[in-house]
Amino acid sequence: MQPRMRLMQPLKLLAIALSLLVFPVSAAIEAYQFQSDEQEALFRELAAELRCPKCQNQNIADSDAALAQDLRAKVYEMVSEGQDKQAVVDYMVARYGHFVHYQPPSSAASVIIAGPILLILIAGFVVVWRVRAGRKLSQRSDIQVDDERVQKLLGEAIPSASSSTPAAADSPNTSANKEK
Amino acid sequence: MSRQQRLFVFLIPFLLFLGLAAFLMRGLFSDPRELESVLVGKPVPAFKLPDLYQPSVIRDQAVLAGQPTLLNVWATWCPTCRAEHAFLNELAATGVHIIGLNYKDDPVKAKQWLAQLGNPYAVNLLDVRGTLALDLGVYGAPETYIIDVDGVVVYRHVGDVNARNWKALLEPLYREASQSKTVPQASLTRGLREVAK
Repeated sequence: MQPRMRLMQPLKLLAIALSLLVFPVSAAIEAYQFQSDEQEALFRELAAELRCPKCQNQNIADSDAALAQDLRAKVYEMVSEGQDKQAVVDYMVARYGHFVHYQPPSSAASVIIAGPILLILIAGFVVVWRVRAGRKLSQRSDIQVDDERVQKLLGEAIPSASSSTPAAADSPNTSANKEK
Repeated sequence: MSRQQRLFVFLIPFLLFLGLAAFLMRGLFSDPRELESVLVGKPVPAFKLPDLYQPSVIRDQAVLAGQPTLLNVWATWCPTCRAEHAFLNELAATGVHIIGLNYKDDPVKAKQWLAQLGNPYAVNLLDVRGTLALDLGVYGAPETYIIDVDGVVVYRHVGDVNARNWKALLEPLYREASQSKTVPQASLTRGLREVAK
C-alpha cells in the first residue's frame, strides 16, 4: 500500500498539472524572439493589421492557416531586419493587393461606395430641414388667417400684414382703437 | 418650383440609391475568394528554385519565358489538385506547356504522386518554403497562372482547371499569350497597315 501511494502521488500531481494546462484556444502565435520591445510591438501591430488572404475575415495574428503562419514569419523576418511598418505593408500589398491591409488607401471604389451614402444623408437632412421650415411657415400663415378673422369679427380695419406674430392680436394700436 | 421640378429633386436620392444598390448587388454575387492579382501585366518575380527531379539544377524565371505557359501551383496535400490532375494530363497531351510549382510539399511524396497519376509538367519547380509562392501572391492550391511569351503574367486562376473553365476562359487567354506584346515598332506599324486593309 505504502509504495503504491508513493507511486500514485507523482501521477496525481502530474494529472493536476496537466488539467491546469487547459487554456483558451487561440491561434498558436510562434514564440518569436525580438531584439527590442519596439520591434515586438511593431510585429504585433502588423499582425493585427494585415488580413489573411486565405481565411478572409481574420487578421494574420488570429488565423491558424498555413499561409498566415508564412506571412507572420515574413513579417517577423522583416521587422527583425529593422524595416519599418510602411516597408512591410508595401511588401504585402505588392503581392496580395490592398485586400491584405485592413486600412486600404482611398481609391475610386471606396469613393463610389462612400460618396452616394454621404449624398443621400445630406439630401435627407436637407429634406427634413425644408419640411420643418415649411411647417413653421404654414403654422404662421394659419395664425395670420386667424388674425384676420378676429379683426373682421371685431369689425376693425385690417392692418397691413407686416406684423404676422401672434402678439399682433393685442398690439398697442388695437387697444388704442378700443379707447376711441 | 413647378410640380415636375420638385418631383425630379425628390427622385435624385432615389436614383442614387438605385445606383448604389446595383453596385452592391454585384458584390453580393461575386466570389469573395477570388482576389485580384497584383501581378497581372507584370513579369514573373525573379526566383531561384531547384528542379523537383534534379535538385542540383537551379532554375530561374527564364524557364517561364519563350512560350506561353501555365504555371500550376500544386501539392500532394491538396485534394482539389488531385481532382484537376487528370485534366492537366489531357492538356499536356494536346501540347499545352505546363510548369508545376510544387508548393510547400514533400518532394518524395510529390514524385510518388507524379509516378502514380502521370506527369503533365514540362518542368517542376520545388518551392518547399513557399518563397516564390509568396512573391506570386499565392494563397492556396491549386492556382494557375497564364504566362505569355515574354514571361509576363496574363491571368491568375484560383481553383481547379477543368474542361468548362478551360474552354470558356483560360484557353482563349492561353492562345493569346503566344503573341508577344513587346513587338518591335516596325512590325507593329506593318500590323496596323494589315488591319487598315
